[in-house]
Amino acid sequence: MGGIVQIAPLFWLENTIEDVEGVRPYSPLELAGRDIYIREGCYVCHSQMIRPMRDEVERYGHYSLAAESKYDHPFQWGSKRTGPDLARVGGRYSDSWHVDHLRDPQSVVPESVMPKYGFLENRLIDGEYIQDLLETHRMIGVPYTDDMITNARADFTVQVDPDGDWDGLVERYPGAQVRNFDGQPGISETDALIAYLQMLGTLVDFSTFTPDASR
Amino acid sequence: MAKQPQKTPKKPEVDTTGHSWDGIEEYNNPLPRWWLWTFYATILWAVLYSVAYPAWPGIKAATPGLLGWSTRANVQTEIDAAEAANAQINAQLASVELTAIADDAELRGYATSAGAAVFRTWCAQCHGSGAAGVAASGYPNLLDDDWLWGGDIEAIHTTISHGIRNEDDPDARWSQMPAFGDILAAEEIDQVVNYVMSLSGTPQDASMVEAGATVFADNCASCHMDDGTGDRAQGAPNLSDAIWLYGGNHETLTQTVTYSRFGVMPAWTNRLSEAEIRAVATYVHQLGGGE
Repeated sequence: MGGIVQIAPLFWLENTIEDVEGVRPYSPLELAGRDIYIREGCYVCHSQMIRPMRDEVERYGHYSLAAESKYDHPFQWGSKRTGPDLARVGGRYSDSWHVDHLRDPQSVVPESVMPKYGFLENRLIDGEYIQDLLETHRMIGVPYTDDMITNARADFTVQVDPDGDWDGLVERYPGAQVRNFDGQPGISETDALIAYLQMLGTLVDFSTFTPDASR
Repeated sequence: MAKQPQKTPKKPEVDTTGHSWDGIEEYNNPLPRWWLWTFYATILWAVLYSVAYPAWPGIKAATPGLLGWSTRANVQTEIDAAEAANAQINAQLASVELTAIADDAELRGYATSAGAAVFRTWCAQCHGSGAAGVAASGYPNLLDDDWLWGGDIEAIHTTISHGIRNEDDPDARWSQMPAFGDILAAEEIDQVVNYVMSLSGTPQDASMVEAGATVFADNCASCHMDDGTGDRAQGAPNLSDAIWLYGGNHETLTQTVTYSRFGVMPAWTNRLSEAEIRAVATYVHQLGGGE
């Protein structure tokens, strides 16, 4: 009996996530950036979950929806905030601000206690295993199509090249931002990380979407 | 040594459970009544709670609960209440002429305080919590009277609304200095850098100033004006006032001329309400440099 009460609801877990237009799987570069975010332990100080409270909504933007992190493995929720919540940090700052801030956080925010991550700029990545990464995510339920997986490495490379042929990338990942994020030649870990940060919380258009209040 | 009272094994007043391990038996004492009743009460509480609040998962959604409690509805109510409390003054703020805000003491007071809160939340990360910007990194100081795109309330309002050189807003302020590294020879860049330094101070090499003036007139004056005072219509900085966005020494200026700069500011119309934008514009305007 106790077992049923505890286990049975998990079978209907899916229905706690509402359908929200705009949420898509991460593009290869964003996914690589997300891995760097996790590797560097950013989640230790930064949550990605805006709680439904007025002060949080006023500071960070619309409260987070479950659907917005449905392709996160693992999710980055939490309430431990040494730094601010990052669920909607996308578009809030310019790319060059992120570069300055990762290099030396105190140069732009003197009161910050964040460590420096300038070394990420010097670590170039080539997306050698990006296809495997996408396949792994597909295995655990992220709906990457065959098309996405075949083009993973090309998409990975073209997202930092505004002069390249990125139509396919944007078609596969609507709303993907194509820029040379760190302003320097080559794809560095900084590029991937900023690509990830700049898309966080930008997928749902809250001017057309009103969340169901009963949830 | 005091004599210890002898313990005599008493016959237990309660039964044992009948279990016996190596001659050790276990009393079958009843649970304390207060504990037992508390336990029953918690079970009852759980049942009532699951009826009153959202709890049991169904096929489509969980039971909503009799009280109709919803985090989302609650936060919406809270936000609505806060908005309603300020609705009148916000509507007034959003509708009056921008230049009239400063003349109305009540409106000005409200806009300045509300704007300060908006500033600390959304602007301080680049412009600093005191609005002094970040010297040498291209985040402008908002306290001085040097403005790139204009410092009257209307210009500030436009800049905040649409941002600068961002891709999200078609009305963003836009201009782009060419990277003269591809256009001028290294020597010419050196000359023009020395000329620019001479406009507001001492050049590194005075002998180059004259040649630099010619380079400046041919390449730079169309945006920065003949006398280097800049042009706010295209965000071309005043080069003669010794206030520098990225730095005024020889090395930094050489970099600026060679690679150009591309400072970006986000557009805020999507994130802030008109009243909030006007509030923060008023706040920035009254910081000291407002025109």
